[in-house]
Amino acid sequence: MFARRTDLPLDKDPLSRFLPWLIAFMVFLAALAQTGLIGLDDLARRWDSGMAATLTVQIPADPDANEAVNARLLQSAMNMLSETQGVVRASVISHDKVLELLSPWLGVVDAGDVPLPRLIDVEVDPALKVNTGELQQKLSQTIPGAQVDDHGVWLARLVDMVRTLELLAATVLGLILLSVMATVMFATRTGLTVHAEAIEVLHLTGAHDRYIAKQFASRALGLGLRGGLYGLGLAVPTLFALGHMAGRIQAGLLPEMSLPIWGWASLALLPALSAFVAGLTARFTVMRNLRRML
Amino acid sequence: MDIDPNTPIARFENVGLRYGLGPEVLQDVSFVLRPGSYHFLVGPSGAGKSSLLKLMYLALRPSRGLVHLFGHDIATAARNDLPALRRSIGVVFQDYRLLDHLSTFDNVALPLRVANIRESDVKHHVEELLAWVGLKDHMHARPPTLSGGQKQRVSIARAVISRPKLLMADEPTGNVDDRMGFRLMHLFEELNKLGTTIVVATHNEAMVQQLGHPVMRLVDGALAVTPGSRGSAV
Ligand SMILES: Nc1ncnc2c1ncn2[C@@H]1O[C@H](COP(=O)(O)OP(=O)(O)OP(=O)(O)O)[C@@H](O)[C@H]1O
Ligand SMILES: [Mg+2]
Repeated sequence: MFARRTDLPLDKDPLSRFLPWLIAFMVFLAALAQTGLIGLDDLARRWDSGMAATLTVQIPADPDANEAVNARLLQSAMNMLSETQGVVRASVISHDKVLELLSPWLGVVDAGDVPLPRLIDVEVDPALKVNTGELQQKLSQTIPGAQVDDHGVWLARLVDMVRTLELLAATVLGLILLSVMATVMFATRTGLTVHAEAIEVLHLTGAHDRYIAKQFASRALGLGLRGGLYGLGLAVPTLFALGHMAGRIQAGLLPEMSLPIWGWASLALLPALSAFVAGLTARFTVMRNLRRML
Repeated sequence: MDIDPNTPIARFENVGLRYGLGPEVLQDVSFVLRPGSYHFLVGPSGAGKSSLLKLMYLALRPSRGLVHLFGHDIATAARNDLPALRRSIGVVFQDYRLLDHLSTFDNVALPLRVANIRESDVKHHVEELLAWVGLKDHMHARPPTLSGGQKQRVSIARAVISRPKLLMADEPTGNVDDRMGFRLMHLFEELNKLGTTIVVATHNEAMVQQLGHPVMRLVDGALAVTPGSRGSAV
């Protein structure tokens, strides 16, 4: 298709040389924005479903009290939770697990060395909206110092922020699409001006507008594909490098953030998309501009 | 396109033409071209000969008056119908207007390709015609490397390759010596005998006299038609 003879010397246009690189740059940006979008969406979804439905109840350990008292306090907290509407499941987190959770901050410690708080992992029905304030009040009346840790609140804010970032990424993608179209439109208009004489000859020999448009469109399609491949070629190593860097810091802090297979597939589609958009834009531009001629 | 054999090839009625806000270059031009006719179009430089031809090959629309081609009023013809009309018209432009980046072969093939003719047929027809106009050896040459007379023959070959019903030539002998001029004229005579309607704009009064076809004379934008001296044309 690209080796096709054209009646217009379109490949000699100065813009033909720059167009693939302009498109490459935009596809590169689009690949980053799209990866961000997919990654953020994935993240927000996992947070939404995985963590928003849990609470943690923390019962401070009283080093002076004996084991039996502590156990009784824990048990009354468990009872209270099981009577609370909306609580699906409550389970005490074992000492070992607590130590493990704390290890990044405390290093390896022995269970007997420090007074450890007891933690209760509470699963709630997200539909029932457990009133955490009320629960907090009820618990601390009987158990001094009991804390209800509601991940939901800050998580919801975090998810909100992620959603905003997603919107931003989607906007960036949209703007990139518009830029590609504007660039191709500009290049095509220039081509129409440069080749006005030859186009008139084609018209006068009986060419339909679509015959001329096809030449511009297949040229733009080729350039768009080439630009898209260049851009993707630049984006993939960049994404790998970013992924590697993120992998090194995420250990305890960031939830795992990786591009699913379909995400990579959607990136691979970008060159096809840029080719398609370029071709279609060129065709549209030519058809619209030629209509003004006799 | 079906054309009634009695339908005039071209009919102008009170045609006026002005460029932009300028003066009328053509005024009340009226004439009829019958199928198979052969006319010379003469007149001093700037009289409007090229402008008249441009109206006939649909490069311009008249400022007023009626232009009918093959029975179609071009003022009301849809833009999409114009290519079909243009494919029935061959034009030899005053300045050839060959596409410099295309070979001789591709230049001549243009009207066929534009009409979506099969590539195998294109090859056959173009090679045959190039041989006939003596350019077989220059098939792959590009116009800038050809002599004036060779370019002229390429442009004529392009004009006739699709067997147009109407052939217009704007000063086709302007840039060649007399001998070549008469050879080209002979080609037009042959085409005319095969039924092509022909209009040739020229300054060459000697040739007009010798060939004796009817003459359309433009003076200051007004047209007068005088019958030919040999009565072969209608
Ligand atoms: N594109 C144009 N814009 C404005 N004026 C034009 C244009 N083309 C031609 N004219 C004017 O129209 C008039 C007729 O020009 P035209 O080219 O038709 O003359 P012609 O008879 O073909 O002359 P020649 O014998 O020198 O080729 C001239 O006065 C010319 O200046
Ligand atoms: Mg002229």
